[in-house]
Amino acid sequence: MADAKEPKPEFTRKVIEAGGATVNLCFQCGTCTGSCPSGRQTAFRIRKLVRRAQLGFEEDVLPSEDLWLCTTCFTCYERCPRGVEIVDIVMALRNMAVRQGHMAEPHRKVAELISKTGHLVTLRDQDKALRGKLGLDETPPTVFSDSKAQEEVVKIASLCGFDKLVAEGGK
Amino acid sequence: MAKYGFFLGCIMPLRYPGIESSTRAVADALGVELVDMNGASCCPAPGVMRSFDQTYWMAVAARNLAIAEKMGVDIVTICNGCFDTLFEVAHKLNHDEELRAKVNKILKDAAGVEYNGTVTVRHFVELLHKEVGVDAIKAKVKGDKPLKAAVHYGCHFLKPSNIKKIDDAERPRIFDDLVEAAGMDSIAYKDKGTCCGAGGGVRARTPDVSLKMTKENLDNMTSAGVEVIVDCCPFCHLQYDVSQPQLKDYNIPVLHLSQLLGLAFGLDKEKLGLECHQVKVNL
Ligand code: SF4
Ligand code: SF4
Repeated sequence: MADAKEPKPEFTRKVIEAGGATVNLCFQCGTCTGSCPSGRQTAFRIRKLVRRAQLGFEEDVLPSEDLWLCTTCFTCYERCPRGVEIVDIVMALRNMAVRQGHMAEPHRKVAELISKTGHLVTLRDQDKALRGKLGLDETPPTVFSDSKAQEEVVKIASLCGFDKLVAEGGK
Repeated sequence: MAKYGFFLGCIMPLRYPGIESSTRAVADALGVELVDMNGASCCPAPGVMRSFDQTYWMAVAARNLAIAEKMGVDIVTICNGCFDTLFEVAHKLNHDEELRAKVNKILKDAAGVEYNGTVTVRHFVELLHKEVGVDAIKAKVKGDKPLKAAVHYGCHFLKPSNIKKIDDAERPRIFDDLVEAAGMDSIAYKDKGTCCGAGGGVRARTPDVSLKMTKENLDNMTSAGVEVIVDCCPFCHLQYDVSQPQLKDYNIPVLHLSQLLGLAFGLDKEKLGLECHQVKVNL
């Protein structure tokens, strides 16, 4: 028989501090997994993820692809009979995972665009033309029309270390 | 009626500007005054940004809230993602002084502003239902050509319901009421309340998984004989509109509620931006 893994309460504590305060309420009923639209298409089992976070199995949780299969639909969160705030736990774990370099390139690119421009998509010539045709300002009245406002958003990224985090891919 | 700060976000103004022009026209027709929030940014998107860094996510959202606060207006959005971020961050900051002080320190350094916790964030569907009302909307509807409509609530309009408190998360009526007021038949279909498949960064990171979820929804809609999908979120809108040509066997037109109301009110079709949809809209 394989050796049972020892729980690591230090990591559980970190999860709680990072926003997963309800992780210890889970009693493994599986209502969450049964409700999960992503788990219906994949081998992702949110119940297991919560259990591993609860036991502090950091090395199973943070590098896992499963952590990124949650669409944050909140169905499990709504239905959990123990009031486990499952999406908050997923978010806490993801925040920790990216700091260990588990950052997918498509996500990194989106984050980089926001941190540099304040929007998650670009304004192309075709968008301007269409906006004009619809009677809208060609450039929307957002940070794209106001360089001072855009600088403020860029500054927030730098004060939070977000620009560095995405430039270095979390490493 | 009160004025509202119209929060644009990203996908609507930059990829489906027809939703923006429709929303402005419909609000105007219903006497809802929308004012621009000059200098606003991405909400920022909950899927990737909240996943990466919740402090950054809150600080950028707080800057957007502070813009509305300075204007003395509450915010309205037509996007579930923007609603999720702005509502949730406002909920946290309006109730937690310590957290607000922490975020305000960043805001002060970056933008010389503070957020004092006074803004309420509304979703356009909820605003129309509560402040304008189904009857006032019905009174504007011209013609009657009921189609079988699949109302897609998406995830973040109603959920998490413990803080949003808009309607029952499992069996809601609020959005169906508006779609029916617009003359459509809102029909039942399997797993109606489920995710479009795009959220949480899943569309960007694992597009195959995202597409499988969308396909299952489209199959359920097809079995129910759906003729049009009506959404209340530009990201769900994009997911249904862009995925159908990718999946090939589907051809169900996709309308945002604002576009549906624009059509139902007989507003200038040219201004609804339907021609930039991937799935042709011939309604
Ligand atoms: S539904 Fe709640 S209590 Fe049940 S397994 Fe999932 S997280 Fe645990
Ligand atoms: S919030 Fe995530 S884990 Fe929960 S049901 Fe939705 S996709 Fe699954």
